[in-house]
Amino acid sequence: MSGKVMSMAEAVRRFVADGDTVYAAGFTHAVPYAAGHEIIRQRKRNLILCRATPDLMYDQLIAAGCARKLVFSWAGNASVGLLRAVRRGVESGSLEVEEYTHYGMTARLFAGAAGLPFYPLRSNTGSDLVRVNPNIKTVTCPYTGETLSTVPALNPDVAIIHVQRADAEGNAQLWGIFGEQREAAFAARRVILAVEEIVDERVIRSDPNRTVIPGFVVSAVVEEPWGAHPSFLQGYYDRDNEFYIQWDKISSSDESLHAYLEEWVFGVADRREYVRKLGAEKVVALTPKRYYSVPVDYGLYV
Amino acid sequence: MEYTPAELMVITAARRLRDGERVFVGVGMPNLAANLAKRSHAPGLTMIYESGVVDANPSRLPLSIGDACLVTNASLVCSMMEVFSFYLQRGFIDVGFLGGAQVDRFANINATVIGPYDRPKVRLPGSGGACEIAVNAKRILILSPHQKRRFPERVDFVTSPGFLGGRKERLRLGLPGGGPEAVVTDLGVMECDETGELVLTSLHPGATVEQARANTGWSLRVADDLPVTPAPTAEELRLLREELDPKRIYLKGGE
Repeated sequence: MSGKVMSMAEAVRRFVADGDTVYAAGFTHAVPYAAGHEIIRQRKRNLILCRATPDLMYDQLIAAGCARKLVFSWAGNASVGLLRAVRRGVESGSLEVEEYTHYGMTARLFAGAAGLPFYPLRSNTGSDLVRVNPNIKTVTCPYTGETLSTVPALNPDVAIIHVQRADAEGNAQLWGIFGEQREAAFAARRVILAVEEIVDERVIRSDPNRTVIPGFVVSAVVEEPWGAHPSFLQGYYDRDNEFYIQWDKISSSDESLHAYLEEWVFGVADRREYVRKLGAEKVVALTPKRYYSVPVDYGLYV
Repeated sequence: MEYTPAELMVITAARRLRDGERVFVGVGMPNLAANLAKRSHAPGLTMIYESGVVDANPSRLPLSIGDACLVTNASLVCSMMEVFSFYLQRGFIDVGFLGGAQVDRFANINATVIGPYDRPKVRLPGSGGACEIAVNAKRILILSPHQKRRFPERVDFVTSPGFLGGRKERLRLGLPGGGPEAVVTDLGVMECDETGELVLTSLHPGATVEQARANTGWSLRVADDLPVTPAPTAEELRLLREELDPKRIYLKGGE
């Protein structure tokens, strides 16, 4: 067994430090909630939370007092409304924010992952974002002479990523929406990989094109079934849209939000207990029918 | 046949999509409009989502741009870096849909803050991919209810550039996309004229010029020829109500 396989409690204890810049990856899909809840339980402080879409997970981390700053590009509760803890933090001035566009955020990670100091793009020009974010600058193209907008590289201290399966070394396979997971993994100094299932190396090697992250950038491998709930994991569970709608009410006051954290985060020891508390009925309701792709033939060359 | 203002908005937007176009789609009304067009006059429409899903074929109404049902049976799924670089910035997107809390005279859109940025009265979600869509798509369609607070002379914050201070300013900045084409509201349609200014170019059945003017924050000009928007057909309403939004998640508004 690889020395990387551990519990989420151990992974967060070893690889997330107070003051760290954290990027929890996954665009709507595979949001690593199990890690987020463990960070709240361990009462990490002064984190700089980065994510294109903060989602409810960052609303929870911010309400729990884990963050001092939010770096993002779209802070909403998709199809429901606003993120209320984020909004209270910004409107009261207690939460520092730095914002980009989606392309800007992903390009920042790409530059970080590619060992470049910045990335040029055509977005931002004409937008007031350039007025309020001094980190968005311009560069003159040395070939055409045109002016391009630039965003600085982002190299988080730790990236947290949830995937369907990986081997014990962290060679990770992800399918469905893979928003910015690869960029986050290569940009970060440390990677916590949560997986629905740890599988034999042979499973990974049977389909190498599906492997998106090599084990050598991964620090910890945590087997965490249903670790992305209430977001979804393609082929494993659907998004718990009912909860996303309920969150609007839960987060409407600090009191009700903290009552939620007491019950669902501090009130359970780990994700296993959380899933038990979620209940069989919910688990069944969110499980999709199987729908396999047609296998491909890689060929055996002897 | 009876219909709601929200239904007419979606149908009017859908009719502006042409067969064979590639559309960058958001959730909610734009998604309904694109799916309606695909199931009626534009079967060759390609729907692309900022989550990286290309040519989606959803079996149910997606509740977010990252819904699992968009992936199953799509042609291709790529990363966000790829969708913004290869598809949008490279110039492959014909139409982008946008909305926002405020749209101004030159179709600039605010989805960031109401009030000053540092101490906002209301903090909104922010750009997401909207700014890159506004910069790069060949044409932009905007959907918004027609209310005075939503149509100020100048937005509090330009999240997504339309024509800025006028068509010439956008040209001078060298933004590759063509900019806003039209705003579809619950009262009518406004289109950008040769200076980039939004002008009322059609009225929905029952709406009046006075109503449109009273609900616009600048002195709204009206086209010489002002047709009435054709009412929804029975087939368009059937598709929306029975196939696309049977639970009335997005279309309950305005009844």
